[in-house]
Amino acid sequence: MKRLMESDGWSESSAPRSLSAAMTVGAAAVLDHSRGRDGYAGLGMLNAGFFKAGDFRRGLVDILPILAAAFPIGLLWGALAVKTGLSPLEATLTSASTSAGAAQFVAVNLWHDPVPWLMVTFSVFVVNLRHVMMGASLSRHTTHIPENMRALAMFLMTDEVWALSERRVLSQPLTWSYYLGLGVPLWINWVVATVIGAIVGHSLSDPAIYGFDFAFAALYISILTGFWRGPQTGAVLAASAATAVLTKLLLPGAWYIAVGGLAGVAVAIMTETRNVMHGD
Amino acid sequence: MEIDPRTLLAIAGIALATYATRVGGFVFIRFLNIKGRAKVALDAMPPAILMAVITPTILTTGVAETLAAAITAGAAILRLPLIVVVVIGVGSVVVLRALL
Repeated sequence: MKRLMESDGWSESSAPRSLSAAMTVGAAAVLDHSRGRDGYAGLGMLNAGFFKAGDFRRGLVDILPILAAAFPIGLLWGALAVKTGLSPLEATLTSASTSAGAAQFVAVNLWHDPVPWLMVTFSVFVVNLRHVMMGASLSRHTTHIPENMRALAMFLMTDEVWALSERRVLSQPLTWSYYLGLGVPLWINWVVATVIGAIVGHSLSDPAIYGFDFAFAALYISILTGFWRGPQTGAVLAASAATAVLTKLLLPGAWYIAVGGLAGVAVAIMTETRNVMHGD
Repeated sequence: MEIDPRTLLAIAGIALATYATRVGGFVFIRFLNIKGRAKVALDAMPPAILMAVITPTILTTGVAETLAAAITAGAAILRLPLIVVVVIGVGSVVVLRALL
């Protein structure tokens, strides 16, 4: 697979790439400075080596177990959506434009005819509130992602892409190629699974039988261990865990993620302040 | 295959609500000067959120899930590759669900 991608896929583009590099340099010399820059921003991005096949492949390898686990869940969602009354086209459109598993299941659960669109939209917003915190945290690590690509990067920011990106920045910078290697295959996987589920989905069984539902928890446990920095992390995790469970038991819906996360953050600030007061 | 206008409105609502949350935190943070407490808070976010996501699944679903999570954590602490940890986690939950 490695050889295949290197020899057939990516390296072929290096010839036209260097050709366009020469053209850009030539053109920039002729055109006035700023106009040359603007006009060739797209080509310049490629020339500057923003696409690194190795990084893309690394992202693809890291997201691979999640592709396997998300596929049956996408099938299930597609089948459920059609059973609820969406056409296969509408189900596919939803997956392609939203690409958020938990939110889509919530939406379908609330769906009836005529669809209460405002209630569905609000519920989805609440389920996705955790993304606000994820985006805030990840925004500090996007300096290697081209500025004009960041809106697209945020579109692709599912829980899994976010978690693997945060893991990546523990050891090295987050490149656009690595991020695309995570996000694009996952998006395609989700849309394709939805299409198949929507068209042939009625006979599918529950992904829980095969343990696919647990793949996400396993991924997050694995990523979580990389964030251990000693007892202070323990305090943060304990606060987050206890608050999340309590919130889950007391409040309906997905508030528990945001509330639990905020509790962990609050403890981090408190313990840090105490350290500062004790002169650490 | 046709698209009902009201359904289209709902789909657009779902997509926009999701994108708003994905882009919201990202945009918000760019207007802040990240240092001191704000930096501490942001540094704590990844583990705090991950823990909040998984804990209810691990602790309130069943004994099989709790034990499988412990096995998965053991594999993760041993620093096994990501895919191996996920396979061990899924494998152990399948076995434990069958046994318990």
